Amino acid sequence: MKRIYAIESWCINCKRCEVACKTFHSASRDTVKAFKTEQPSPRNRVRVEGSKLLSIAVNCRHCEHPKCVEGCISGAMTKDPLTGVVTSNPEKCVGCRTCESLCPFGAVRIEDIQGKGFAYKCDLCGESLGAAGEPSCVAACPNKALIYVESGC
Amino acid sequence: MLDYVLPRYKVMRDVDLCVECGVCERSCSNEVHRVDEDLGRVVADHMKCVNCQRCVVMCPTRAISITKWPQVDTGSSNWTLGYMQDIAKQAQTGAVLLSSMGNPEPYPIYWDHLLLNASQVTNPSIDPLREPMETRVFLGSRPGMLKVNERSRQVVSAMPAQLKLDVPMMFSAMSFGSISLNTQMSLAMAATELGTYFNTGEGGLHQDLEGYSDHAVVQVASGRFGVDPHYLNAGAAIEIKIGQGAKPGIGGHLPGEKIDAEVSRTRMIPEGTDAISPAPHHDIYSIEDLRQLIFSIKEATLYQKPVSVKIAAVHNVAAIASGIARAGADIIAIDGFRGGTGAAPKRIRDNVGIPVELALASVDRRLREEGIRSTVSVVAGGSIRSSADIVRAIALGADAVYIASAALIALGCHQCGDCSSGKCNWGIATQRPELTRRLNPEIAAERVVNLIGGWTHEIQEMMGGMGINSIDSLRGNRLMLRGVGLNQKELDILGVKHAGE
Repeated sequence: MKRIYAIESWCINCKRCEVACKTFHSASRDTVKAFKTEQPSPRNRVRVEGSKLLSIAVNCRHCEHPKCVEGCISGAMTKDPLTGVVTSNPEKCVGCRTCESLCPFGAVRIEDIQGKGFAYKCDLCGESLGAAGEPSCVAACPNKALIYVESGC
Repeated sequence: MLDYVLPRYKVMRDVDLCVECGVCERSCSNEVHRVDEDLGRVVADHMKCVNCQRCVVMCPTRAISITKWPQVDTGSSNWTLGYMQDIAKQAQTGAVLLSSMGNPEPYPIYWDHLLLNASQVTNPSIDPLREPMETRVFLGSRPGMLKVNERSRQVVSAMPAQLKLDVPMMFSAMSFGSISLNTQMSLAMAATELGTYFNTGEGGLHQDLEGYSDHAVVQVASGRFGVDPHYLNAGAAIEIKIGQGAKPGIGGHLPGEKIDAEVSRTRMIPEGTDAISPAPHHDIYSIEDLRQLIFSIKEATLYQKPVSVKIAAVHNVAAIASGIARAGADIIAIDGFRGGTGAAPKRIRDNVGIPVELALASVDRRLREEGIRSTVSVVAGGSIRSSADIVRAIALGADAVYIASAALIALGCHQCGDCSSGKCNWGIATQRPELTRRLNPEIAAERVVNLIGGWTHEIQEMMGGMGINSIDSLRGNRLMLRGVGLNQKELDILGVKHAGE
């Protein structure tokens, strides 16, 4: 499957990927509304870790054998058998944080929305659960520090 | 002491669009932008803005624009704000004013006064999409006479070393140290893909670029940085740099803080020491001395590489070029006063030298009059802005052109002129790792290849319109040019007729 790979040597810590991710995962898909007006406020799933001297975007790897799926107690976290995309279904997620603690990359986060926790992770910008789209973080990256390709780099 | 210098620019932020994401803050090495948590908005320190426009391009919501500082001048045409600010700066620091990039002053740009011809009725124009259109150029000396073995259809006379260019443009010299390795790498990759050459500048050839050395012109300047037999033999040609259009008569000074381990190894000088290029070559005080260096280099490279000599366009350029041709150079590169630089004293940049258009035309004429034009190729540089400028330069007698500012602009340079600060936000004129990382050669080389590809198509279109199907038929073909708004003296020097004639 095509995956997003982050290349540390080209990451410039601008965090445009975070902005694009948040915009895509908003109801309006409008950056200004996503940041300023939408409630509950949309969350970005990609995060840039590090500082200006060394940084990298942390994104879900959509693992072959995902620990988050293995550990999920509610059946919310699934790996699509056809596309291989790992997604969390917010209707089933109970916010138990098992996935968050199991993920070896720190790519899943539980975020509070109106007092209830939900697992947030990269869904490859698919329009429905388990479908892969065209990742908006990759499109927003000005330096090809995020690439969306079949194999590793 | 209170600083009387005013900000030059004002950062305009559309508060309706700003989402306080902080991309601008993280993008600016000059620390102009700051997300102020207390105020709940992004604030700007206008004084620090150099108008590189990185934030403008990076802002996800296009909330930023930069304007001039809205300070009215005195109304005097003599004491302009620019002159008064220069005085304020020097009164504060007591220093020579430093500047970067090319001469920005409103001197005549002769390219803009030369119009191109096209065929109508009496000779057919050529459609470059349907018919072959040759853009290949060979640079170097041509033999006075060719002996050909008719039976085997082979040239038997010894051919001098030449450079083969698939497009009539090369990237001019920019040294590692003044620009980042990623920038040189981008140009090297682009030159290789385009079948042309990049120029190492005076800073040596970095080991990571050795793989591209077939497409490198290696430069020998007055500082002789990084020069050894390996370096001379690595490149496709060697260029002796006598002068640079942006600062004729002036040497160079790369401050010690820019001499990191990599620059030190490539330039073969100790880390942290200033890299000083003297104004003259201390072994060249005459044409005879230049001839000695040219032939020393030819000996060192077994006469396998053409030797170029680069000079700034100055008053007596035609006679100097004649001397260079007679000294044995294969290529003469003429750099006009609008050519760029990483750092030059402002008064030199803005007041010394002459336009390359006039220099090129008079050099070409002088060499033809003396019957030595074919012994040498002429490359013109110094602010070639478009494919039309290239067509004009070739019609004025150039074999090819050097481009650098245009290539840097393709990489992201916005001509802010702050190269010498070492804080280039585009990752070009800097050695800071967090900034050089911003220029990914994979993207940058593609942008340059796109630019040159587009220009080549345009050159073919313009030549086709003239009914010409090769650069060789355009070279020195002044009938393809007509002047507009030029006086008789200017027309005479350029060797072109006025429009309507």
